[in-house]
Amino acid sequence: MSNPGNLKYTATHEWVKTEADGTISVGITQHAQELLGDMVFVEAPEAGRKLKAKEECSVVESVKAAADVYAPVSGTVTAANSELDSAPENINSDPYGAWIFKMKPDNAADVAALLDAAAYQAVVDSEAH
Amino acid sequence: MTMLKQTPLNSAHRAMGAKMVDFGGWDMPVNYGSQIDEHHKVRNDCGMFDVSHMRVVDAKGDGVRAFLRYLLANNADKLTVPGKALYSAMLRPDGHVIDDLIIYFMTEQWFRIVVNAGTAEKDIAWMKQQAAAHAPKLTIISRDDLAMVAIQGPNGRAKVWQVLPQTRAATEGLQNFQAADCGEYFVARTGYTGEDGFEVMLPKEKAEELWYALNRAGVPPIGLGARDTLRLEAGMNLYGQDMDETVGPLESGLGWTVDLKSPRDFIGKATLVANPPARKLAGLVLLDRGVLRGHQKVRTAYGEGEITSGSFSPTLEKSIALARVPNGVQVGDTVQVEIRDKLLNAKVVKYPFARNGKGLIS
Repeated sequence: MSNPGNLKYTATHEWVKTEADGTISVGITQHAQELLGDMVFVEAPEAGRKLKAKEECSVVESVKAAADVYAPVSGTVTAANSELDSAPENINSDPYGAWIFKMKPDNAADVAALLDAAAYQAVVDSEAH
Repeated sequence: MTMLKQTPLNSAHRAMGAKMVDFGGWDMPVNYGSQIDEHHKVRNDCGMFDVSHMRVVDAKGDGVRAFLRYLLANNADKLTVPGKALYSAMLRPDGHVIDDLIIYFMTEQWFRIVVNAGTAEKDIAWMKQQAAAHAPKLTIISRDDLAMVAIQGPNGRAKVWQVLPQTRAATEGLQNFQAADCGEYFVARTGYTGEDGFEVMLPKEKAEELWYALNRAGVPPIGLGARDTLRLEAGMNLYGQDMDETVGPLESGLGWTVDLKSPRDFIGKATLVANPPARKLAGLVLLDRGVLRGHQKVRTAYGEGEITSGSFSPTLEKSIALARVPNGVQVGDTVQVEIRDKLLNAKVVKYPFARNGKGLIS
């Protein structure tokens, strides 16, 4: 699975999708879910929580390990994906559909400045060596 | 960069799509896709594991039984029927655990010992040192020429007989924890999953042939990830996590393997007798949402404890753990586990958590 071209990415393996209303959806990438393996627990931030860029704000746990998810930009959480409470494996089967939380960025330009698909792929490739 | 050690099945794992990881210096398969699927296959049908990183050691010569009687915390004299196996801890004089291992009584001249991968060199050095002092006629032989494949699950033995029909007559009547030497193949009805099955020790150069033949017979490869959740559900200790050289067997859930009643002396016995343990190993099931992991702190009414092994149990679909806790903690108690910035509730349960295809915790 390649990384969708319409999304933005972080070097810490989050993907970011800008929605029509200006909020962003955040999930973890195909590469990240593959590294972690079968997901069994997701702890998402609560709506209303203010986040700073790169702040630890969520935890995803596979059978094997726990991993932090970082806020891609500064802003305010607007929703958490409660479907993942009972079906965390959706992150494995559909990483780019299974958003973990949504947030309203303080500054839309911060989102535009994130990595594009090619730049993110370069990060993944460099970690493989 | 250090070179990882490889088993004879390394290229077979890669060909079967394994995700390989550094497992204590060995390049080993952690899974071949979904670890949870692999776990269920072993509980419900069967699967095969490459455990060639573990070390087979043969102790041969006059007085081998007397030597093991002194070397190990469990009593080799429990082995009266040829082929029978015994699980034991090997202790330092201070009562701490050098390793846990299985010994197989083959003849009065030959016991086979299987030890952990990461401890093999220090184990063999210790055994040789003790043999030199107490049984100089004995030879301790590291069988670096052998590979080991575990076929585990309710249908595992039948698959072995299908692929190695020449071993059937000698292994059909094996009891649990008993082995037969079938020439090139040493077949033991032992394992580390809580399921029925065999562990097959064989010449390294035969390993790939057996692996592919089993796979053609419908046996899927299972990674070390599922091996860990299977053994944890089965309530089996993992050396380096649940016990090591800083603790004794009585505070590691291994009291049942330590024979303190017979007059027999063994290395570590005096210390164990003089120092009754203040802690014990307990089973935990997480009541709140989350995942228990090793080294998380446990708060109890009797003081603090610590998780030694924790994970998600695919059979129970809950998080489970083994934890070292103060002696006062009892089955049925609720304790709190520190997970990141939270205190989550867990119930103390009698383990094993699951065996023979079934969860044992309601």
